[in-house]
Amino acid sequence: MEWDWAFVIQILPTLFEGVKITILATLLGSIVAAAIGLVIAIVRRSKNRIVSIPMGFVAEFIRGTPLLVQLYFIFYVLPDLGITLSPLVAGVIGLGLHYGTYTAEVYRAGIDNVARGQWEAAKACNLSSIQTWTQIILPQALPPMIPALANYFIAMFKETPLLSAITVLELMNQARSIANYNYRYIEPITLVGAFFLIISLVSVVGLRWLERRYGRID
Amino acid sequence: MPALNSPPIIEINGISKSFGAFKVLNDLSFSVAPGEKLALIGPSGSGKTTILRILMTLEGIDGGDIKVDGDDLYKMQRNGKLQPADEAHLHKMREKIGMVFQLFNLFPHKCVLDNVTLAPMLTKGVARKDAERHAMELLEMVGLADKAKSMPSQLSGGQKQRVAIARALALKPKIMLFDEVTSALDPELVEEVLNVLWKLCRETDMTMLLVTHEMGFAHDFADRVLFFDRGRIVEDGKPDEIFRHPKQERTQAFLKKIIAAGHRV
Repeated sequence: MEWDWAFVIQILPTLFEGVKITILATLLGSIVAAAIGLVIAIVRRSKNRIVSIPMGFVAEFIRGTPLLVQLYFIFYVLPDLGITLSPLVAGVIGLGLHYGTYTAEVYRAGIDNVARGQWEAAKACNLSSIQTWTQIILPQALPPMIPALANYFIAMFKETPLLSAITVLELMNQARSIANYNYRYIEPITLVGAFFLIISLVSVVGLRWLERRYGRID
Repeated sequence: MPALNSPPIIEINGISKSFGAFKVLNDLSFSVAPGEKLALIGPSGSGKTTILRILMTLEGIDGGDIKVDGDDLYKMQRNGKLQPADEAHLHKMREKIGMVFQLFNLFPHKCVLDNVTLAPMLTKGVARKDAERHAMELLEMVGLADKAKSMPSQLSGGQKQRVAIARALALKPKIMLFDEVTSALDPELVEEVLNVLWKLCRETDMTMLLVTHEMGFAHDFADRVLFFDRGRIVEDGKPDEIFRHPKQERTQAFLKKIIAAGHRV
Protein backbone atom coordinates (compact mmCIF):
# COMPACT_ATOMS: atom_id res chain seq x y z
CA MET A 1 0.00 0.00 0.00
CA GLU A 2 1.41 3.32 -1.01
CA TRP A 3 0.75 6.83 0.25
CA ASP A 4 -1.10 8.79 -2.46
CA TRP A 5 -0.74 12.58 -2.16
CA ALA A 6 -3.24 13.23 -4.94
CA PHE A 7 -5.84 11.29 -2.95
CA VAL A 8 -4.95 13.30 0.16
CA ILE A 9 -5.58 16.56 -1.65
CA GLN A 10 -8.80 15.21 -3.09
CA ILE A 11 -10.26 14.22 0.32
CA LEU A 12 -9.01 17.21 2.34
CA PRO A 13 -12.10 19.40 1.76
CA THR A 14 -14.42 16.63 2.96
CA LEU A 15 -12.24 15.96 6.00
CA PHE A 16 -12.23 19.66 6.74
CA GLU A 17 -16.03 19.57 6.98
CA GLY A 18 -15.56 16.91 9.64
CA VAL A 19 -12.95 19.01 11.44
CA LYS A 20 -15.45 21.84 11.75
CA ILE A 21 -18.04 19.55 13.35
CA THR A 22 -15.43 18.01 15.66
CA ILE A 23 -14.37 21.44 16.89
CA LEU A 24 -17.95 22.64 17.18
CA ALA A 25 -18.94 19.55 19.19
CA THR A 26 -15.94 20.05 21.49
CA LEU A 27 -16.67 23.73 22.08
CA LEU A 28 -20.38 23.20 22.71
CA GLY A 29 -19.68 20.10 24.79
CA SER A 30 -17.19 22.08 26.89
CA ILE A 31 -19.70 24.83 27.53
CA VAL A 32 -22.39 22.31 28.53
CA ALA A 33 -19.90 20.36 30.69
CA ALA A 34 -18.73 23.57 32.41
CA ALA A 35 -22.32 24.61 33.15
CA ILE A 36 -23.57 21.17 34.21
CA GLY A 37 -20.48 20.59 36.36
CA LEU A 38 -21.11 23.85 38.20
CA VAL A 39 -24.75 22.96 38.82
CA ILE A 40 -23.84 19.47 40.05
CA ALA A 41 -21.13 20.86 42.34
CA ILE A 42 -23.40 23.51 43.86
CA VAL A 43 -26.40 21.19 44.30
CA ARG A 44 -24.20 18.49 45.88
CA ARG A 45 -23.05 21.08 48.43
CA SER A 46 -26.62 21.91 49.39
CA LYS A 47 -27.53 21.31 53.02
CA ASN A 48 -30.89 20.07 51.75
CA ARG A 49 -30.31 16.32 51.51
CA ILE A 50 -33.43 15.81 49.43
CA VAL A 51 -31.60 17.41 46.50
CA SER A 52 -27.94 16.79 47.32
CA ILE A 53 -28.11 13.00 47.74
CA PRO A 54 -30.03 12.23 44.51
CA MET A 55 -27.70 14.58 42.62
CA GLY A 56 -24.72 12.69 43.99
CA PHE A 57 -26.30 9.42 42.89
CA VAL A 58 -27.01 10.70 39.38
CA ALA A 59 -23.46 12.05 39.01
CA GLU A 60 -21.90 8.75 40.14
CA PHE A 61 -24.22 6.85 37.81
CA ILE A 62 -23.24 8.92 34.78
CA ARG A 63 -19.55 8.73 35.63
CA GLY A 64 -19.77 5.00 36.21
CA THR A 65 -21.22 4.15 32.78
CA PRO A 66 -19.46 4.43 29.40
CA LEU A 67 -19.94 7.52 27.27
CA LEU A 68 -20.71 5.35 24.24
CA VAL A 69 -23.62 3.69 26.04
CA GLN A 70 -24.95 7.09 27.09
CA LEU A 71 -24.72 8.39 23.52
CA TYR A 72 -26.69 5.38 22.25
CA PHE A 73 -29.25 5.93 24.96
CA ILE A 74 -29.71 9.62 24.19
CA PHE A 75 -29.86 9.16 20.45
CA TYR A 76 -31.58 5.79 19.97
CA VAL A 77 -33.60 5.19 23.16
CA LEU A 78 -34.95 8.65 24.00
CA PRO A 79 -36.99 8.78 20.74
CA ASP A 80 -39.02 5.86 22.16
CA LEU A 81 -39.97 8.24 24.98
CA GLY A 82 -40.90 10.92 22.49
CA ILE A 83 -37.66 12.90 22.68
CA THR A 84 -35.99 13.02 19.29
CA LEU A 85 -32.72 14.91 19.01
CA SER A 86 -30.50 15.67 16.04
CA PRO A 87 -27.20 13.74 16.10
CA LEU A 88 -25.10 16.78 16.96
CA VAL A 89 -27.44 17.94 19.75
CA ALA A 90 -27.54 14.43 21.21
CA GLY A 91 -23.77 14.25 20.97
CA VAL A 92 -23.22 17.60 22.66
CA ILE A 93 -25.63 16.68 25.46
CA GLY A 94 -23.88 13.32 25.89
CA LEU A 95 -20.40 14.85 26.01
CA GLY A 96 -21.57 17.67 28.25
CA LEU A 97 -23.36 15.40 30.72
CA HIS A 98 -20.56 12.87 30.89
CA TYR A 99 -17.76 15.37 31.28
CA GLY A 100 -19.94 17.55 33.51
CA THR A 101 -19.70 14.86 36.18
CA TYR A 102 -15.91 15.17 35.98
CA THR A 103 -15.79 18.95 35.91
CA ALA A 104 -18.10 18.88 38.95
CA GLU A 105 -15.23 17.32 40.91
CA VAL A 106 -12.91 20.10 39.72
CA TYR A 107 -15.42 22.71 40.85
CA ARG A 108 -15.86 20.92 44.17
CA ALA A 109 -12.12 21.00 44.84
CA GLY A 110 -11.90 24.64 43.76
CA ILE A 111 -14.86 25.67 45.92
CA ASP A 112 -13.53 23.73 48.92
CA ASN A 113 -10.27 25.62 48.50
CA VAL A 114 -11.96 28.93 49.28
CA ALA A 115 -11.41 29.59 52.98
CA ARG A 116 -14.39 29.13 55.31
CA GLY A 117 -13.79 32.67 56.53
CA GLN A 118 -14.85 33.99 53.12
CA TRP A 119 -18.31 32.45 53.53
CA GLU A 120 -18.54 33.89 57.01
CA ALA A 121 -17.38 37.35 55.93
CA ALA A 122 -19.97 37.27 53.13
CA LYS A 123 -22.66 36.46 55.67
CA ALA A 124 -21.44 39.15 58.05
CA CYS A 125 -21.65 41.55 55.08
CA ASN A 126 -25.26 40.36 54.74
CA LEU A 127 -24.82 39.18 51.15
CA SER A 128 -27.51 36.90 49.77
CA SER A 129 -26.55 33.39 48.82
CA ILE A 130 -26.49 34.27 45.09
CA GLN A 131 -24.32 37.34 45.78
CA THR A 132 -22.01 35.21 47.90
CA TRP A 133 -21.55 32.72 45.06
CA THR A 134 -21.15 35.24 42.25
CA GLN A 135 -19.19 37.97 44.04
CA ILE A 136 -17.10 36.12 46.60
CA ILE A 137 -16.79 32.37 46.12
CA LEU A 138 -16.67 31.74 42.36
CA PRO A 139 -14.32 34.64 41.50
CA GLN A 140 -11.82 33.08 43.91
CA ALA A 141 -12.54 29.45 43.10
CA LEU A 142 -12.58 29.61 39.29
CA PRO A 143 -9.13 30.89 38.22
CA PRO A 144 -7.16 28.11 39.94
CA MET A 145 -9.41 25.45 38.38
CA ILE A 146 -9.05 26.68 34.79
CA PRO A 147 -6.07 24.41 33.97
CA ALA A 148 -7.85 21.33 35.35
CA LEU A 149 -11.02 22.19 33.41
CA ALA A 150 -9.01 22.72 30.22
CA ASN A 151 -7.45 19.30 30.75
CA TYR A 152 -10.89 17.68 30.69
CA PHE A 153 -11.88 19.64 27.60
CA ILE A 154 -8.81 18.29 25.78
CA ALA A 155 -9.73 14.78 26.90
CA MET A 156 -13.27 15.38 25.64
CA PHE A 157 -11.91 16.56 22.31
CA LYS A 158 -10.14 13.23 21.86
CA GLU A 159 -13.38 11.37 22.66
CA THR A 160 -15.39 13.10 19.92
CA PRO A 161 -14.84 10.23 17.43
CA LEU A 162 -17.36 8.33 19.59
CA LEU A 163 -19.99 10.67 18.14
CA SER A 164 -19.59 8.87 14.82
CA ALA A 165 -21.51 6.02 16.48
CA ILE A 166 -24.61 8.20 16.54
CA THR A 167 -24.12 9.41 12.95
CA VAL A 168 -22.60 12.81 13.72
CA LEU A 169 -20.55 13.73 10.66
CA GLU A 170 -17.47 14.68 12.60
CA LEU A 171 -13.94 14.05 11.39
CA MET A 172 -13.79 10.32 12.14
CA ASN A 173 -17.10 9.64 10.49
CA GLN A 174 -16.12 11.59 7.36
CA ALA A 175 -12.82 9.76 7.20
CA ARG A 176 -14.53 6.40 7.58
CA SER A 177 -17.06 7.06 4.88
CA ILE A 178 -14.29 8.25 2.50
CA ALA A 179 -12.33 5.10 3.33
CA ASN A 180 -15.30 2.78 2.88
CA TYR A 181 -16.21 4.42 -0.41
CA ASN A 182 -12.70 4.35 -1.90
CA TYR A 183 -11.38 1.22 -0.20
CA ARG A 184 -8.37 3.29 0.93
CA TYR A 185 -7.86 3.57 4.67
CA ILE A 186 -4.29 4.69 5.12
CA GLU A 187 -4.62 8.34 4.06
CA PRO A 188 -7.94 9.31 5.72
CA ILE A 189 -7.26 7.52 9.01
CA THR A 190 -3.66 8.77 9.20
CA LEU A 191 -4.89 12.31 8.57
CA VAL A 192 -7.42 11.94 11.38
CA GLY A 193 -4.68 10.79 13.76
CA ALA A 194 -2.35 13.58 12.64
CA PHE A 195 -5.06 16.18 13.10
CA PHE A 196 -5.84 15.05 16.66
CA LEU A 197 -2.12 14.91 17.46
CA ILE A 198 -1.49 18.45 16.22
CA ILE A 199 -4.46 19.94 18.08
CA SER A 200 -3.54 18.03 21.25
CA LEU A 201 0.07 19.24 21.13
CA VAL A 202 -1.07 22.83 20.60
CA SER A 203 -3.55 22.39 23.46
CA VAL A 204 -0.83 21.15 25.80
CA VAL A 205 1.20 24.29 25.11
CA GLY A 206 -1.93 26.34 25.80
CA LEU A 207 -2.55 24.37 28.98
CA ARG A 208 0.97 25.05 30.28
CA TRP A 209 0.33 28.72 29.66
CA LEU A 210 -2.97 28.57 31.54
CA GLU A 211 -1.23 26.83 34.44
CA ARG A 212 1.37 29.59 34.62
CA ARG A 213 -1.31 32.25 34.33
CA TYR A 214 -3.94 30.88 36.73
CA GLY A 215 -2.34 27.97 38.54
CA ARG A 216 -1.64 29.94 41.70
CA ILE A 217 -3.91 31.44 44.32
CA ASP A 218 -2.61 34.59 45.96
CA MET B 1 -22.40 56.13 77.43
CA PRO B 2 -24.64 53.08 77.53
CA ALA B 3 -28.34 53.82 77.78
CA LEU B 4 -28.94 51.63 80.80
CA ASN B 5 -32.51 52.83 81.24
CA SER B 6 -33.58 51.89 77.71
CA PRO B 7 -34.73 48.37 76.91
CA PRO B 8 -31.77 46.11 76.14
CA ILE B 9 -30.59 45.91 72.51
CA ILE B 10 -29.51 42.31 72.99
CA GLU B 11 -31.39 39.89 75.24
CA ILE B 12 -30.00 36.40 75.47
CA ASN B 13 -32.33 34.08 77.27
CA GLY B 14 -31.32 30.57 78.32
CA ILE B 15 -29.49 29.62 75.14
CA SER B 16 -27.57 26.40 74.76
CA LYS B 17 -25.32 25.15 72.01
CA SER B 18 -23.45 21.92 71.48
CA PHE B 19 -20.89 20.83 68.92
CA GLY B 20 -21.41 17.08 68.88
CA ALA B 21 -21.10 15.89 72.45
CA PHE B 22 -19.34 19.07 73.55
CA LYS B 23 -21.69 21.51 75.25
CA VAL B 24 -20.25 24.97 74.47
CA LEU B 25 -23.03 27.06 75.95
CA ASN B 26 -25.26 25.93 78.75
CA ASP B 27 -28.47 27.77 79.61
CA LEU B 28 -26.77 31.13 79.13
CA SER B 29 -28.55 34.43 79.73
CA PHE B 30 -27.45 38.05 79.70
CA SER B 31 -28.52 41.30 78.16
CA VAL B 32 -26.73 44.30 76.72
CA ALA B 33 -27.87 47.93 76.93
CA PRO B 34 -27.84 50.09 73.80
CA GLY B 35 -24.41 51.71 73.43
CA GLU B 36 -22.84 49.45 76.00
CA LYS B 37 -19.24 48.35 75.45
CA LEU B 38 -18.95 44.82 76.65
CA ALA B 39 -15.76 42.77 76.98
CA LEU B 40 -16.07 38.97 76.99
CA ILE B 41 -13.07 37.28 78.57
CA GLY B 42 -12.24 33.79 79.65
CA PRO B 43 -10.19 30.72 78.77
CA SER B 44 -10.21 29.19 75.26
CA GLY B 45 -13.25 27.02 74.65
CA SER B 46 -15.31 28.89 77.23
CA GLY B 47 -17.88 29.85 74.60
CA LYS B 48 -17.25 33.56 74.20
CA THR B 49 -16.48 33.42 70.47
CA THR B 50 -19.47 31.12 69.96
CA ILE B 51 -21.75 33.81 71.37
CA LEU B 52 -20.53 36.31 68.77
CA ARG B 53 -20.91 33.73 66.00
CA ILE B 54 -24.46 32.99 67.14
CA LEU B 55 -25.32 36.69 67.16
CA MET B 56 -23.93 36.98 63.60
CA THR B 57 -26.07 33.91 62.65
CA LEU B 58 -22.95 31.95 61.66
CA GLU B 59 -24.05 29.27 64.12
CA GLY B 60 -27.58 28.37 65.18
CA ILE B 61 -28.72 27.65 68.71
CA ASP B 62 -30.08 24.42 70.17
CA GLY B 63 -32.38 26.07 72.70
CA GLY B 64 -33.39 29.35 74.31
CA ASP B 65 -34.00 32.60 72.48
CA ILE B 66 -32.25 35.79 71.52
CA LYS B 67 -33.81 39.19 70.98
CA VAL B 68 -31.90 41.80 69.02
CA ASP B 69 -33.31 45.32 68.94
CA GLY B 70 -36.68 43.99 70.07
CA ASP B 71 -37.03 41.22 67.47
CA ASP B 72 -36.41 37.54 67.93
CA LEU B 73 -33.22 36.65 66.03
CA TYR B 74 -33.93 33.04 65.14
CA LYS B 75 -37.73 33.03 65.15
CA MET B 76 -40.36 35.03 63.35
CA GLN B 77 -44.11 35.58 63.50
CA ARG B 78 -45.87 33.80 60.68
CA ASN B 79 -49.56 32.99 60.55
CA GLY B 80 -49.81 34.12 64.16
CA LYS B 81 -47.25 31.56 65.28
CA LEU B 82 -43.59 31.75 66.23
CA GLN B 83 -41.68 29.86 63.54
CA PRO B 84 -38.01 29.32 62.69
CA ALA B 85 -36.67 32.41 60.91
CA ASP B 86 -36.43 32.30 57.13
CA GLU B 87 -33.61 33.82 55.07
CA ALA B 88 -35.47 37.13 54.62
CA HIS B 89 -35.85 37.53 58.39
CA LEU B 90 -32.19 36.69 59.02
CA HIS B 91 -31.22 39.16 56.29
CA LYS B 92 -33.18 41.91 58.02
CA MET B 93 -31.67 41.04 61.41
CA ARG B 94 -28.08 40.91 60.09
CA GLU B 95 -28.44 44.52 58.94
CA LYS B 96 -28.18 45.55 62.56
CA ILE B 97 -25.01 43.61 63.26
CA GLY B 98 -21.44 43.86 61.99
CA MET B 99 -18.56 41.55 62.77
CA VAL B 100 -14.77 41.72 62.61
CA PHE B 101 -12.92 38.39 62.55
CA GLN B 102 -9.69 37.17 64.05
CA LEU B 103 -8.30 36.36 60.59
CA PHE B 104 -9.67 39.53 58.91
CA ASN B 105 -11.37 37.57 56.08
CA LEU B 106 -10.98 40.38 53.59
CA PHE B 107 -12.06 39.51 50.05
CA PRO B 108 -8.62 38.91 48.47
CA HIS B 109 -9.77 39.43 44.88
CA LYS B 110 -11.09 42.94 45.56
CA CYS B 111 -9.15 46.09 46.34
CA VAL B 112 -9.46 47.80 49.72
CA LEU B 113 -12.06 50.28 48.49
CA ASP B 114 -14.19 47.55 46.87
CA ASN B 115 -14.01 45.49 50.07
CA VAL B 116 -15.63 48.39 51.88
CA THR B 117 -18.18 49.42 49.22
CA LEU B 118 -19.32 45.92 48.19
CA ALA B 119 -21.86 45.23 50.91
CA PRO B 120 -23.57 48.67 50.98
CA MET B 121 -23.94 48.59 47.19
CA LEU B 122 -25.21 45.01 47.04
CA THR B 123 -27.37 44.84 50.14
CA LYS B 124 -28.66 48.39 50.46
CA GLY B 125 -28.54 49.54 46.86
CA VAL B 126 -26.28 52.49 47.69
CA ALA B 127 -24.99 54.20 44.53
CA ARG B 128 -21.29 53.60 43.83
CA LYS B 129 -20.42 57.29 44.23
CA ASP B 130 -22.06 57.53 47.65
CA ALA B 131 -20.67 54.17 48.77
CA GLU B 132 -17.16 55.26 47.76
CA ARG B 133 -17.47 58.61 49.53
CA HIS B 134 -18.56 56.90 52.73
CA ALA B 135 -15.87 54.23 52.33
CA MET B 136 -13.18 56.91 51.97
CA GLU B 137 -14.38 58.55 55.19
CA LEU B 138 -14.14 55.21 56.96
CA LEU B 139 -10.70 54.47 55.51
CA GLU B 140 -9.64 57.94 56.61
CA MET B 141 -10.89 57.14 60.10
CA VAL B 142 -8.83 53.92 60.26
CA GLY B 143 -5.83 55.76 58.74
CA LEU B 144 -5.75 53.90 55.41
CA ALA B 145 -7.19 56.34 52.88
CA ASP B 146 -3.92 56.10 50.91
CA LYS B 147 -4.37 52.31 50.55
CA ALA B 148 -7.82 52.47 48.91
CA LYS B 149 -6.55 51.02 45.63
CA SER B 150 -4.25 48.41 47.21
CA MET B 151 -5.06 44.73 47.19
CA PRO B 152 -5.39 43.01 50.58
CA SER B 153 -2.28 40.89 49.84
CA GLN B 154 -0.22 44.11 49.81
CA LEU B 155 -1.23 45.05 53.37
CA SER B 156 0.21 44.14 56.76
CA GLY B 157 -1.95 42.23 59.22
CA GLY B 158 -2.73 45.37 61.19
CA GLN B 159 -3.74 47.21 58.03
CA LYS B 160 -5.92 44.30 56.92
CA GLN B 161 -7.71 44.31 60.24
CA ARG B 162 -8.32 48.06 60.04
CA VAL B 163 -9.82 47.60 56.56
CA ALA B 164 -11.99 44.82 57.96
CA ILE B 165 -13.24 47.21 60.63
CA ALA B 166 -14.05 49.83 57.96
CA ARG B 167 -15.85 47.15 55.92
CA ALA B 168 -18.04 46.18 58.88
CA LEU B 169 -18.79 49.83 59.69
CA ALA B 170 -19.82 50.56 56.10
CA LEU B 171 -23.18 48.87 56.73
CA LYS B 172 -23.80 51.20 59.69
CA PRO B 173 -24.66 48.45 62.15
CA LYS B 174 -26.11 49.16 65.57
CA ILE B 175 -24.06 46.37 67.09
CA MET B 176 -20.43 45.55 66.37
CA LEU B 177 -18.87 42.21 67.27
CA PHE B 178 -15.08 41.98 67.56
CA ASP B 179 -13.80 38.42 67.71
CA GLU B 180 -10.22 38.35 69.03
CA VAL B 181 -9.32 40.94 66.42
CA THR B 182 -5.70 41.30 67.53
CA SER B 183 -4.91 37.64 68.29
CA ALA B 184 -3.50 36.89 64.85
CA LEU B 185 -1.33 39.99 64.68
CA ASP B 186 2.37 40.41 65.27
CA PRO B 187 2.81 42.17 68.63
CA GLU B 188 4.01 45.45 67.07
CA LEU B 189 0.82 45.67 64.96
CA VAL B 190 -1.64 45.20 67.82
CA GLU B 191 -1.61 48.80 68.92
CA GLU B 192 -2.71 50.34 65.61
CA VAL B 193 -5.83 48.15 65.67
CA LEU B 194 -6.56 48.83 69.34
CA ASN B 195 -6.25 52.57 68.61
CA VAL B 196 -9.02 52.28 66.03
CA LEU B 197 -11.21 50.36 68.47
CA TRP B 198 -10.51 52.95 71.11
CA LYS B 199 -11.54 55.73 68.75
CA LEU B 200 -14.78 53.88 67.91
CA CYS B 201 -15.42 53.29 71.58
CA ARG B 202 -15.18 56.98 72.44
CA GLU B 203 -16.72 58.52 69.35
CA THR B 204 -19.73 56.33 68.56
CA ASP B 205 -22.77 55.14 70.41
CA MET B 206 -22.69 51.73 68.79
CA THR B 207 -23.12 48.72 71.02
CA MET B 208 -19.89 46.74 70.98
CA LEU B 209 -19.06 43.22 72.09
CA LEU B 210 -15.36 42.52 72.29
CA VAL B 211 -13.90 39.06 72.76
CA THR B 212 -10.28 39.55 73.66
CA HIS B 213 -7.22 38.34 75.48
CA GLU B 214 -5.88 41.90 75.75
CA MET B 215 -6.85 42.40 79.40
CA GLY B 216 -5.39 45.89 79.69
CA PHE B 217 -7.36 47.06 76.71
CA ALA B 218 -10.53 45.32 77.89
CA HIS B 219 -10.21 47.13 81.18
CA ASP B 220 -10.02 50.57 79.52
CA PHE B 221 -12.48 49.85 76.73
CA ALA B 222 -15.37 48.16 78.45
CA ASP B 223 -18.27 49.50 80.50
CA ARG B 224 -18.80 45.95 81.67
CA VAL B 225 -16.87 42.70 81.62
CA LEU B 226 -18.23 39.16 81.46
CA PHE B 227 -15.93 36.37 82.55
CA PHE B 228 -16.82 33.06 80.90
CA ASP B 229 -15.85 29.57 81.83
CA ARG B 230 -17.23 26.33 80.36
CA GLY B 231 -20.16 27.98 78.64
CA ARG B 232 -21.36 29.92 81.66
CA ILE B 233 -20.92 33.44 82.96
CA VAL B 234 -18.88 33.13 86.12
CA GLU B 235 -18.62 36.82 86.86
CA ASP B 236 -20.30 39.93 85.49
CA GLY B 237 -19.26 43.41 86.56
CA LYS B 238 -17.48 46.70 86.00
CA PRO B 239 -13.90 46.36 84.69
CA ASP B 240 -12.43 47.47 88.02
CA GLU B 241 -14.44 44.89 89.93
CA ILE B 242 -13.47 42.04 87.62
CA PHE B 243 -9.82 42.92 87.10
CA ARG B 244 -8.90 44.40 90.50
CA HIS B 245 -11.24 42.59 92.88
CA PRO B 246 -12.51 39.40 91.27
CA LYS B 247 -14.91 37.63 93.60
CA GLN B 248 -14.86 34.19 92.04
CA GLU B 249 -11.96 31.82 92.50
CA ARG B 250 -12.03 30.83 88.83
CA THR B 251 -11.74 34.47 87.71
CA GLN B 252 -8.83 34.98 90.08
CA ALA B 253 -7.07 31.86 88.80
CA PHE B 254 -7.61 32.88 85.17
CA LEU B 255 -6.31 36.41 85.68
CA LYS B 256 -3.32 35.11 87.58
CA LYS B 257 -2.47 32.80 84.69
CA ILE B 258 -2.85 35.62 82.17
CA ILE B 259 -0.60 37.89 84.21
CA ALA B 260 1.97 35.12 84.54
CA ALA B 261 1.91 34.83 80.75
CA GLY B 262 3.00 38.46 80.52
CA HIS B 263 -0.19 40.37 79.76
CA ARG B 264 -0.63 43.60 81.64
CA VAL B 265 -3.84 44.24 83.52
